[in-house]
Amino acid sequence: MATAELDIYHLVKLQAVPPDWPGGFWWHWLFFTVVIIGFVLTMVMGVIYIERRGMGRMQSRLGPNRTGPFGLLQPVADAIKVLLKENIVPTAADKLVHWLAPVVAFAPALMLFAVIPFQNGALLADLNIGILYVVAISSVSTMGIFMAGWGSSNKYSLLGAMRNVAAVVSYEIPLVLAIVGVVLISGSLSLNQMVVAQDIPFILLQPLGFLLFFAAGCAEINRSPFDLMEADSEIVAGFHTEYSGMKFAMFYLVEYAEAVAISAVITTLFLGGWRGPLLPPWLWFVVKVLLVFFAMVWTRTTLPRIRIDQLMAFAWKFLFPMALLNLFITALQVLADWPAELAWAMIIVNIAVMAIIILIWSKFFFRLGGGRIEV
Amino acid sequence: MKFERYGIGIAKGLTVTIRHLLRHPTVNQYPEQRLNISRRFRGNELVWNQEKCTGCGTCAKTCPQGAIEIVTSTDMTENKYVVEKYEVDTGYCINCGLCVESCPYEALYFSHAFECARYRRGELVQGKEDMLETPERKVSGYFYPDKAAKLPKQTLLVEKITEKR
Repeated sequence: MATAELDIYHLVKLQAVPPDWPGGFWWHWLFFTVVIIGFVLTMVMGVIYIERRGMGRMQSRLGPNRTGPFGLLQPVADAIKVLLKENIVPTAADKLVHWLAPVVAFAPALMLFAVIPFQNGALLADLNIGILYVVAISSVSTMGIFMAGWGSSNKYSLLGAMRNVAAVVSYEIPLVLAIVGVVLISGSLSLNQMVVAQDIPFILLQPLGFLLFFAAGCAEINRSPFDLMEADSEIVAGFHTEYSGMKFAMFYLVEYAEAVAISAVITTLFLGGWRGPLLPPWLWFVVKVLLVFFAMVWTRTTLPRIRIDQLMAFAWKFLFPMALLNLFITALQVLADWPAELAWAMIIVNIAVMAIIILIWSKFFFRLGGGRIEV
Repeated sequence: MKFERYGIGIAKGLTVTIRHLLRHPTVNQYPEQRLNISRRFRGNELVWNQEKCTGCGTCAKTCPQGAIEIVTSTDMTENKYVVEKYEVDTGYCINCGLCVESCPYEALYFSHAFECARYRRGELVQGKEDMLETPERKVSGYFYPDKAAKLPKQTLLVEKITEKR
């Protein structure tokens, strides 16, 4: 009996965690640290290019096209420009906090990639609580942003930082509840296991969960239409109003590194991670990340920025009950032990349920503004 | 029943943006690509015909800004005025076109040039030599339809010209 259990354990272990590819603990650590840093920096440059060119074309412009072929070197030119700029620190600023904030904000964005598999088993640390780690770490960068807002001793910075904290605290809940649905289906908290479990991408099995996670994730990293914290028409540039030179570049980097990180998490949770035919796994991963990021750019160009009351109402009156319902339905389906052969039926049922729930909720329950009749 | 509340509005917006993404951009890359400006362009600068001008000074009188300065002397042998000095301060010009319209001898036109930026204020003053018609300094068709017919047609769309991406 004991041996059989051990064998099963061994089998599962073998399947989930393939042999440590570069070999040796420290070599593994060094290799993946270098890979992650290189991956994040190159991806940031790539997504900046995609964002600026894509947004330009969506607004009937061309976007930057002067530096290098097709303007490919624009991020490099920006980086050089911003590096050579003067670093100005306000006299009234809390110097240490002001100096430390970009680092505190940037580190979590990088640390997120520690648990994201680039292919089967190719990740820095295959934590068995991977997704919990993601949720925990991603909130830390809010700390850096609040430090920036506080340390600048500028009312606009502080307002922006406060808005960010409010948004993150509210949107963390639907975000996590959307993740729980995926966890229920895959039966594991490890991101690598989740990808292994995705014979059908979870976007089909969890369409509502995907939408919730996408919206809440965009709000979490303060991308438009939830970019209230740097609403330039109201509060200059929000928390990084008083930043210049390399520190500003760090915040710029954080913005896009977080966008890449959220795209990577969405890819891993909902789009089947590195899995895909023909192409090598890491390439599938990169392609999917870029696709998700493009969707973010797309929504950014389309949707106008929402007000703070709309932001809160959307989180608490729409996403939160939707996430609870999604969790409930998913739990029922898992409890009922839906047969694996009938996965296609589950896809249809879930998409129909999503449409019905969204329609009913927005028709009968979702209202903005407490005291006013029509908003 | 309005469907805009149920995400249909968002879907519509998304299709609009994606259509713009696939569409031709409406901008042009200015220094490399130029659109043809209007044939009846009210330029900032003037073109002056020395042969036709009699030095009557109507243009100077009609200019609401007083930007035209004309000094003449009498040539007793030929029995006519000689234009000694003809200066336009284009910095004061309001592009009203009254000088062009008022000239009784069709000696004054608008210029078809539109890149009139200068580094110094003094450079804005056009002397006699800067106002003669040359191949570079074309005459605008403003108030003179026969001149307008010779100019290239105005282009409003970028599709008409080759594009650099």
